[in-house]
Parts: sequence; structure tokens; C-alpha cells
Amino acid sequence: MTEARFDLQHVLDELKHLLPSQTPIKDFIHHNSLHAYQHLPFFEAIFKASSFAGYQVTLQLSEFRELYYSGRIRKDALLKVIKNRKGIADQDIWLHHLLNTDYPLNRDPLIGRLRSQWKKIYAIDLDHHVQPLLFRILCSYLDQGITIWPFPLNGQGFIESVRNLESSSMTSLFKTSRGRNLLANKDITVQELLNILVGDEQYFTQYLFDQQFSHPGWSGIVSAIEQAPHTLMDSRAISLNELILFELILEIDALEDQIGRNWKSLGSHHLPAPIDLFADQKSTEWMEVLKLWQEAFEWSYYDEVLSGIRLAHKQSKPINKHKSFQAIFCIDERECSLRRHIEQEDQYCETLGMPGFFGVEFYFQPEHGKFYDKLCPAPVTPAYLIKESEVKEKRGHEMLYKKETNNLVFGSFATLVLGIWSGLKLGLTLFRPKMSPAISDAYAHMGRTSVLSIENSNPSHRENNLQIGFTVLEMTDRVEAVLRNIGLIEQYAPLIYFVAHGSSSANNPHHGAHDCGACSGRPGSVNARVMATMANHPEVRKSLKDRGIFIPDYTQFLGGLHDTASDQIEFYDEVILTPTNSIEHQKHLASFDRALDMNAKERSRRFASISTRKNIRSIRRSILKRSVSMFEPRPELGHGTNTLCIVGRREMTQGLFLDRRAFLNSYDYRTDPDGHLLVGVMRPLGPVCGGINLEYYFSRVDNYRLGAGTKLPHNVMGLIGVANSCDGDLRPGLPLQMIEVHDPVRLLIIVEHRPEVVLKAIQSTPEMYEWYINEWVKLVVLHPESKDYYYFEGGQFNVYEPLNVSIEKLEDMNTFLESAPEMETNYIVDATKEHLPVSILNS
Amino acid sequence: MMNLVLQCFILLPLAAFLLSFMFPSKREQLLSGWVLSTSALHLLGLLLFLILWILDGAPLLDKRHITFYHTEDIEIFIDLYFDRTTAVFSFIGSIMMLLVSLFSKTYIHRDPGFKRFFVTLLFFFTGYNLVVFSGNFETLFIGWEILGVCSFLLIAFYRDRYLPIKNALKVISIYRIGDICLMLVMWMSHHLWHENITFITLNDTALVANHLLEHQGYGVFIALMIFLAAAAKSAQFPFSYWLPRAMEGPTSSSAIFYGALSVHIGVFLLLRTYPYWESLMIVKVIIVTMGILTTLIASNIASVQSTVKTQIAYASVAQIGLMFVEVALGFHWLALIHFSGNAMLRTYQLLISPSVLSYRIHDMMFHFKPKVESKKNAYFARLYHTFYMLGIQEWNMDHFFSVLLWTPAKKIGRSVSFLSTRFFIILLSFIYLSGLVLNIYRESISIDLIEFLPFVYSVIGLLLLLKAFSFRGNAIASWLSVFSAQLFITLGVVFLNEHFGFTEIGLLLSGSIASALIGYLTLRKVYQIDQDIQLNRFHGYVYEKPILAFIFLLCCLGMIGLPFTPSFVGIDLLFSHIHKHQELVIIFTSISFLFFEISVLRIYARVFLGPHKKEFHPIAFKSS
Repeated sequence: MTEARFDLQHVLDELKHLLPSQTPIKDFIHHNSLHAYQHLPFFEAIFKASSFAGYQVTLQLSEFRELYYSGRIRKDALLKVIKNRKGIADQDIWLHHLLNTDYPLNRDPLIGRLRSQWKKIYAIDLDHHVQPLLFRILCSYLDQGITIWPFPLNGQGFIESVRNLESSSMTSLFKTSRGRNLLANKDITVQELLNILVGDEQYFTQYLFDQQFSHPGWSGIVSAIEQAPHTLMDSRAISLNELILFELILEIDALEDQIGRNWKSLGSHHLPAPIDLFADQKSTEWMEVLKLWQEAFEWSYYDEVLSGIRLAHKQSKPINKHKSFQAIFCIDERECSLRRHIEQEDQYCETLGMPGFFGVEFYFQPEHGKFYDKLCPAPVTPAYLIKESEVKEKRGHEMLYKKETNNLVFGSFATLVLGIWSGLKLGLTLFRPKMSPAISDAYAHMGRTSVLSIENSNPSHRENNLQIGFTVLEMTDRVEAVLRNIGLIEQYAPLIYFVAHGSSSANNPHHGAHDCGACSGRPGSVNARVMATMANHPEVRKSLKDRGIFIPDYTQFLGGLHDTASDQIEFYDEVILTPTNSIEHQKHLASFDRALDMNAKERSRRFASISTRKNIRSIRRSILKRSVSMFEPRPELGHGTNTLCIVGRREMTQGLFLDRRAFLNSYDYRTDPDGHLLVGVMRPLGPVCGGINLEYYFSRVDNYRLGAGTKLPHNVMGLIGVANSCDGDLRPGLPLQMIEVHDPVRLLIIVEHRPEVVLKAIQSTPEMYEWYINEWVKLVVLHPESKDYYYFEGGQFNVYEPLNVSIEKLEDMNTFLESAPEMETNYIVDATKEHLPVSILNS
Repeated sequence: MMNLVLQCFILLPLAAFLLSFMFPSKREQLLSGWVLSTSALHLLGLLLFLILWILDGAPLLDKRHITFYHTEDIEIFIDLYFDRTTAVFSFIGSIMMLLVSLFSKTYIHRDPGFKRFFVTLLFFFTGYNLVVFSGNFETLFIGWEILGVCSFLLIAFYRDRYLPIKNALKVISIYRIGDICLMLVMWMSHHLWHENITFITLNDTALVANHLLEHQGYGVFIALMIFLAAAAKSAQFPFSYWLPRAMEGPTSSSAIFYGALSVHIGVFLLLRTYPYWESLMIVKVIIVTMGILTTLIASNIASVQSTVKTQIAYASVAQIGLMFVEVALGFHWLALIHFSGNAMLRTYQLLISPSVLSYRIHDMMFHFKPKVESKKNAYFARLYHTFYMLGIQEWNMDHFFSVLLWTPAKKIGRSVSFLSTRFFIILLSFIYLSGLVLNIYRESISIDLIEFLPFVYSVIGLLLLLKAFSFRGNAIASWLSVFSAQLFITLGVVFLNEHFGFTEIGLLLSGSIASALIGYLTLRKVYQIDQDIQLNRFHGYVYEKPILAFIFLLCCLGMIGLPFTPSFVGIDLLFSHIHKHQELVIIFTSISFLFFEISVLRIYARVFLGPHKKEFHPIAFKSS
């Protein structure tokens, strides 16, 4: 980037690549916060990002040391890491560095250095003069439904709209005529403005990076909307180029206003040489120290898990041939505990896991809906539409949520008449929290008994270029793929459930982050129902038979939805059940309910306001209450603590207590000896599970710059994001309340298959391989025959012998759950006290 | 008997506040339980009291308490008062306090500032009750000041980020304008009534009418100052722009301060002083006009706000404008109902503001109608665009104040930076010492000189303050100039009035000297860490030295004469010793006091608050 010629398009592309890519917050999709660095090895990438923008990219040294002294980082793991990385000879020196050496560290980010010269030369803080107005205009332009008076759009994009607004009003956005004239000039370009401001072309690129990264939130959303305009319901045309153009004019205007005519471009002053913001940098000793700590932290946990899995394998009993039911859950780590409990409640059931869109990708249009909701992983673009009709539930309204309460006439009426009413409402929300139209209700995503247009009998039946429903052939393909991927090709139980998940929460702009990641941040209820209906379809069954999958006629599939916040389950289409199945279903419902009891109990230990020792009914009530309480910033803890992703048969993990930290994806190596299916199974793991894990990682280690900070002061901006203040930058990333229990440890994927097959699978596409070879996720393979572990590093698998960690045997789940100490503060060492060790159930 | 009960409603929160320091910050349940039981007890007591009071025929209650200072013509004392207005304000206040603390108990859970939040909330509650129960201006002023300080502390609650600190200073600057107006009210009424008037005496229509007849001009001046103070505190035009910027703390603190209670104090002040200005037509016309203007402008601004909290803020300002009108027109019951309704509605709206996102997005899903490009008539479009832009720019209120006040102040301050050169320090010390000497022999100096000297000293004081206000160098130097400014101002008043003797000086300076000294030592200590406490940036030392930061905060409060320090009485006395015809001195002194608090808090903010300067731990972007 030190090349003399300034290439605007190139800089814009680079910026878009590097800026946060979070779309409007209603579609919260987890992704690697440092996705732009993914082509580099993990450690190189994070330290590069750190020197670029001053991010904290691992825990602080002092935190690592405290974790070590508290026993969370094992000494043997630490020594082993040092030995492997630095050799046995230098082990003591490095141990000393890790434990005792002080590194006087003052990150001095590369970004911002050029623009800080304004302050040095003219004692002017440009951001202070420019940002408040800039943000307000951006937010008003992009606003989706907060303002009472809409932004006067002229339909020709951002800068044209602003130009039109400016030219046709009696007042001005600018303080000087120079600003006015620059905007009025339709041919003005970024280049020309940079000539005025910066002068010297070799600084242009650096200047734009400095400028845009002084408010990464707003720049990020503009670039995200530019790249995917449909993510706004009320669409707006805007581009990063327009934002830069407008911002540069505002800067010139501010300089002109504050200093007068007598300012000169930055380039005409003596400046430090331009910096290469992306230069490779040498690894310093403190970086090495942090790397070692990070790995020791990771292996302290990994080794425990690997030992646990080995033990579980030894203990596992052959699964009973006669199954009461099978339940297929999302791989989501929040379902890990529910599956364990349900298996405890009903020894004859079998649970499986797969990404929660259940292999059906489509847009969903609720009845009377004006828009489509995408219900599949974010990178997939569906070609199908499912339409809903005959919804019975009526959607309520809340008078007090109307924006008219903020205008003059209705507002006066509202304060005088509804004032007392709102006082009562406030009292009710405090003392009797209950579901209301203002709360995002996972079950309201779809009518409980509505009709879905699942089957397509005429492929020309289309809407907006989408086919409505699936043909029998398309259904068969999908059902077959799902069943084969999870290895469920024989021994069908009479009832098979697809249990999707969603999350209800109140007063929570980040509610999308709690819903199903595989359904683009929405509840997966429609997917579960669609899949179940497809699998019940007689024609589909017939075609499946032709393809070698024999599902008995008595077997029926049912879709359901688990609310991970309120811990409730509901099933759909129960009317289709045969009388025999219906009776069985009732019994299973009771088992589910008992399992939810235990699940609620297990979750309750993380919540200070609920005592784990309380009566189970009262725990369930408190859990339910959380999900509808306006005053509760933690309806649930989301994916906090996720660390593992296990791809294999349930025997690997059955009875193993993994503390809700594992994504569980069912896969049977025996049905896929060559790994054809494995490619498809593993493809979403990086973007979905790895994305979740890394977003939690970075939001945890730097909640200020990579996370959204505490949500308590958040202000909803234009229904597209949150910011702290009325003049603040948008805050992408996760809020503090979601990450405080999270251990920033990379995802460990454990696959049960032969190493060479797995290697072939991950190398199938470069995008997929990048995750593994650059170690953004870690990979261990469990050899099905030899039972040896193979660790993937540097492009190859090597046998790995985990440290011998003793695994506790559990006699009683209740006492075990109650034994976990409550965290005192959300400081890492306190917070991690709540984690329970990997243990095995004695059953 | 009922008179005596009044004090309980202030002593209860005060005692709870003082005791709340004892709780360890990790014991959240204990702390929030303490606050909740305090407010529940307060509400219960108030309810009982109200029932008895109504049964008793709702009499006006007035009770005089501690006297701080007493000479033949000046008396400063605490006085409590109870009438219909107090009844409504205290009742709504108590309910809101209970509901919001209940909300916050879970909402603030695990925030590192949990204790800070609840302790400040109790302090706020004390101040609020002091205001609404106050029986004279002095008592009201104490509460008024407490509200200001609590606002500052809660806006700057997230003290490790830049914007909260910047906005906290911005808000306190506007509040300070209100404070000064109130000081002038006290000053002038002192000269008007020749006593420290209580609100109950104001009900004596004949007495008031008599005084006003004699001194119409002073009367109007006082009334206008009251109005300005009320307008600043209630975010009326042209002060309104502070209100959205105050929404920096946790949602629940924004709700109780800027939705419910703090922001309505202006309405209370107008209601409380109504008997005094009800016969002044010109004042009523001004209040009604400004009220309507505020309502229209604030509605305009609210209409274009694209963020939830700022829209609520301006919508609330518009309603408060209407309340001002109602008070001025004499519809007091309506104003009281309006206040209660607005307080509850805005509190509720703010508390649930994050859920607007899911509600409206859901609503859009089913009811969205794309905008149709309407063929507007060109003139209408022009008008719409003009008001749209004015709304977006908040009618340039911020700009107005910076052009009117802050920029000139900074310019003057920078142009007298030579005052900190060695030569001028010696010169100033000499001027000061000779002033002391002259004072001792004041009998033998000419009257002209005696009249002139106060002016000189108050100007020097003001210049020193402006220098401190705009100073970008070492914080210690700034701190010392603030302190010497105070010495100069005091000396000026000593010349002015021979009655302002050693007792009075003692009262005034007792708080300041100790605070100045401890503050100085604290700053020295901080300076030694990195040899850099330049005021050209935020240092965020609270991250490293939370205890020093707390001590320094106390020093700042002591310096500015926060209520409960003797300096408070001193300042009041200082003002009352300026004669009403000494216009220049009063102008300089009040401007000095405007910048006094701002300069002191600026030092605190720049040295201790804001993003920590050492980036070995995560630090927020400046724009967040």
C-alpha cells in the first residue's frame, strides 16, 4: 500500500474487507470477528490485527497467571506446551518468562496516527466536530422505523439525497460556504477532496483507513448494506464511497469553520513517513509468551475432554435395538445438556444432532408478512419459499410502543391519560413479568397450527423467482441427505422428533444472537416442521425405499421447538399421530418435561438469582420468568463457554458431562467409509461453529473494541444496531452480558474417522481448509479402530497422547450440579469457578 | 406535630446513603436490599403521612430546622415545607425510586459499578426530597446541587469511555448555568426582602404585592432568574440539547433521572415560586412564550430523531414545555397530573426502550408500506426540508452556547495564560498580600479605592478561573489557579462589605483550604506515576488508582462548596454581601462561579476519567 498511485477502488475493497461485517442487528449472524485475517495463521493474524487497531487479542498476561494459580491452567499442560514449542532445554527460561517477567506494554495502534496530526498541528479534534452530525444523518437515512418524520429520500442514493436536502432547504448542514459548495458540486470526487485535505497522494490510503476506522461501526454497517441491500426491510442505497465523500466534505467544513481560511493540507506540513498498515511484523517475546499461555489454557481443557471421551467409549453400552423414540436436535451446544438429560430419563431413546435447519433451505413468509425470512445458514441462498396460512393466533399490539406517543398531540394525550396506565404497566412488568407482544417470542415465529406450503406439485408455481414448496423429488433428496449424514439409516423408532430451537427474551436487541445460527439467527420451528412433514410424506417414503432407506410405516416424524431461554418444548402437527403413537407421544412428553426440569436446574447454577438447590418447580418458574422479564439482561447465556465440536456417534460422548460446551454433530463413520458424506457434514462447521466460537472469543478478550460492551446503556439506533450514546458509533459484536462466562479458547473439533479420510474431507475446498491449516479451529481425529487420537497440525495428522487427566465419576447429578460455586464477579478467574470438570455419569 | 415528621423524609434517605458506604461492593443482595427497603419504607411512611395529612384538611406545613448562620440581617437555615405540590412530587418520586431500584437490582447485576450506582441513587433520592420538601431557597439549593452532582456521576458512570465523560461535563455546564441563576435569585431576594425568605411567606399575597410594587425591576429580575434556572434544569429551549446527551448511564438511571424526576425539577421550581411571580404579567408572558416555543421546537426535533432514547428525551421536553405553560396560566392541578403522567410514561418508555427493536421489526414484517414518492408542492417540500434539517441539528443549540459562552471563555482564558509565568505569580501574590494589608487599614484609605478594589479582585479571580478552564498544561497548575481564584474573589467581597469578617471567611475557606491541600497532594501523587497529567487529554487514572480518584472527587466537591461543607454557607454569605448596586462585581462573581465548578470537575475528569492512557488492557474506541 505504499505504492505511489492511489487507487480508490482498491482502497474501498480493502476497507470493506476489513471493516466489521455485521449486518443490521435483527439478523444477527455469528462470524469470526477478524474474518479479514483468516488467510493467515491464527496467532500471526491476531497480533497483526492488534497492532493495526489496538485490539486486545488474548487474555491479559495477568489473567493467564491468575488462571494458572487458580488451577484452571494445568501445570503439566503448560510444561508440555513449552516443551513442544521451545524445546526442553529452554523450558525453565520460558516458564520464568510466563510466570514472572513483566512486559511493559503500551499498544500504540497503527491506525489513527496520520489523522492525529490535525490535533498536533491545529489543536483541532476533527472527530468531535464531524462525527455527531455525520452519525445522525447516516442513522436518519438508514432508519427503519424510529423517526416520526422520514428522511426526505430522492431515490438516488445517499449523497444525492443529502445534496437534495441541502439544496432545497433554507438552512444548511454546513457551517461554511466552502462545505456547501463542495457538496453542491455533483462531479466532486474523493480524490479531489483528499487533494484538499491531505495533499500528498502517498498519504491518501492511510488517511482513509484512519478516518473509517475512527468509527468502524458505522462504516461497517454501510459497507454491509452496500454489499447486501436486501438486509434492510426498508431498503436504502448507500455506499462506502458516498460515506467517505460526505465525511471528507464535513471535515473540510469543520477545518474551515474552526481555523478559518488559513489552513493547509496535512501533506504540506512535515509528517512522519506513511505507514504500511499491513506490514508483516516480527514476533516479540511477549507475543510468544501469550501464545504459550493461550495454548496451555486450551490444552488444559482439551486434554481433559480427550481423556473423558476415551473413558466414555470404554463405558459405552451397545445401544438397545428397540428404541422408544429418536430425537434429532440442533448441534447447538445448548442442546448438549438437554440430550444428556433426556437419555437419563428414557434409557431407550436415542438422540442425534445436526445443524438446526435440518437440511431444508428456504425463505419463509409468515401469513400477511410483507417480507421473507431466510431460514438456513447465512452463506446459502435458497431457491424455495414456504408460505404460511391459516394462522389462528392474533398478534397483539402495545399502545405504549407506538411512536406517536412521542409526537406533540398524541403525546400530550398519552402523558395525561396513559401516564398512570404506564405506571401500572411498569409495576406489572416488575412484579408479574409475562409474555407480551413486545417480547421476542420464539413460538410466535410461526403459528402453532398454521398451514405451510411445503409440497410443490407444479414447479411453475413461483413467486419472486422462488419456487413455492418442494417437489417430491426435492423432498426425497433432502430427507435422504439428512438421514444419511447423521447415520440414521436403520433401526427407526416409532416416533422421530426434529427438535429445533429458538430463544425468547425481553428488552434484548441482541435476541437474534440467541436464536439458531443455522437458521440465520431465527428460531428453527418452520424447518423442523417442514422436515418432519417431508419425511412423513408417503411418496417420499416410497422413493426413499427405492434408494435403500426403509422407514417402517408405523414410524412418524414430528417437528418441535425448544425454547433455550424458557426451557419449554412444543411439538407441531400432533394430530397426524396414529392412536398408538399418540399414546407413546404423551409418555415421551412427560420424559421431555422431566429432562427440561433437569436442564433448567443445570442452567440455574449460572444464574445468581436462582438457587440451584430450590425445588424444581420453582426453578422452572424462575427460568421461565427470566425469558419474559424486561429487567433481565441475561435471559440466557447464549453460546457462552462453547469450546468443542464432536462429529461422530453418540457412543463417543454418551454419559459424558461436557457442561454444555460441545456442539454435537451425529455422524457414523461406518456408513461412510470413504468420507463422501463427511465433506458435507464438515463444511458448515467452520463458518457456523467456528464463527460462533471466534465471535465469543474476540468479544470476550476485547469487549470494548471487538465486542459491544455492556448492554446496560445501549440505545437502539434506527432499528439497525445499538450504540452507547446519542452521538456514539454503532457497536457490533456481543455485549458483555453474553460473554462473561466464556473461556476464550478456540474450538476443538473431534471427528471419529480415519485421519486420511478426514484430511481428504477438509482439503476438499480451500475455504474449508483455511479454517484448519491456519488453526482458527483445532482438529483432533479419533481413529475408530485403534482408538488413537490424531492431532492436526502443519498439514498433517500425528498421533497425540493426551495428558492423563483423571475423570470424576458422577453418582448423582443433582448433588453434582449443586456443588458448583457461584461466581462472585464476572472477572475471568471468578467467572470460571462456575465451570464444572468433565465427568462421567455412572449409569 | 406533623411539621416534625417532615424531616424524616429527608433523614431516612440521607442516613441510608451514608450507611450504604459500609456495604462491601460484592454483596449485591445486601446493597440492593438496603436501597429497596429504604425506598419502600419511604413510600410507606409517605402514604401514611399523606392519609393523615388529607384527613387533617391538607394544611400547609412549615418547619424551621438548623440555623447555620445568624446575624442581624442574614440568617441561613434549613426550612421544610409541605403542600399539595410537595405531596405529588414526593409521592411520584418515592414510587419511581422504588420501581427503578427494583428494576436495577437485576438489571445492574454484576456490573463493576453496582455499588457506585446504588450509593449514587440514594444520594440522588436525598437531594430530590430535599428539593421537594424545601421551605426556602437555601434548602432547595442544597438539594438542587446534589441533583447536579449525582447527574454528573451517573452520566459519567461508564467512566472508562470518552463520550460519557464528555457529555457529563457538557450537562454539568448547563446545570451550572441554572445553579448560578438560583444563586442570583438568592442574592437578589436577600436584598429585596432583607431576610431569607421562606416559601410559606410568599403565600402572603399582600406582602409580596407590597414588595414588588416598591421594587418592580428586582422582582422581574428574580422571576426571570427563577425561570432560567428552571429552564436549564428541565432542558427547555435553548438548553434542551443536554437531555439526550445525558442518556449515557445504564438505562435505568437514565429513566429515573431524565425520564422521571430530575428533569421535572424545573416544573417544581415554577410551581413552588408561583405566588411570587403570579402578578408579574411580563414574566408570565415570557414563560408561556418560551414554553410554547420549547414545545414546538422539541416536537420538531423529536420527530426527526432516529434513536429511541433521544426521541423519548425530546418528546418529554415538549411535554415539560406544556407544563411550564400550564403553571404560568395557573392550571396547577393539570400541571401536577401532567407531571405524574409524563414521569411514569417516560420512565416506562426508557426502561423498555431496547425492546422497541423487536416490536417494531415485527410490526414492519406485517404492516410495512413502502413510502410513495408524493408529489409535494415545492414550497411545502422546502419547508419540510428546512425543519427536517433544523431538527437534525437540534436547532444548533449546542453551537449557540459554544459561540456565546464556551469559545469566548476559552479564548480569554488562553490569552491570559501568561498569568502562570513566574513573574505574574509573584506579582499576583504581591497584589493579594497588599490587598490583605490594605484591608486591615481600610479606615485610612479613600472610599473610591475601597469601591474599586472589589472590582479588581473579582476580575483577577475570573481571569484565573478562565485560565484554569481552558488550560491544557499540568493539572496541578490548573488546580492551584482555581484555588487562588477563590482567594481573590473572597478578598474582593471582603473589601466590599466590612461585615464579611473572619467568621465568614473562615466558613468560606474552611472547606476549600483543606480540599485544595488534599487535592494538591493527590494530584502530586498521580503526577509521580508517569510525570504527565497534562490537561490536553483524558488520562483515565481511575483504572490504576481508584482510591485516589475517590479522594480527589471528594476534594473537588469540597472545593466547590458542595452542601454539607461549611463552604456552602460561605458561598451563600459571599453572595449576600454583594450589594445590589454593585452590578459589575456580581456579574464577575457569578461568571466566576459558573466556571469554578466546571473547571474543578474538568480537572477531575481529565486526570481520572476517560479511556485509560496505558493500553495494556482493552480500551474503548473514542467514538464508542
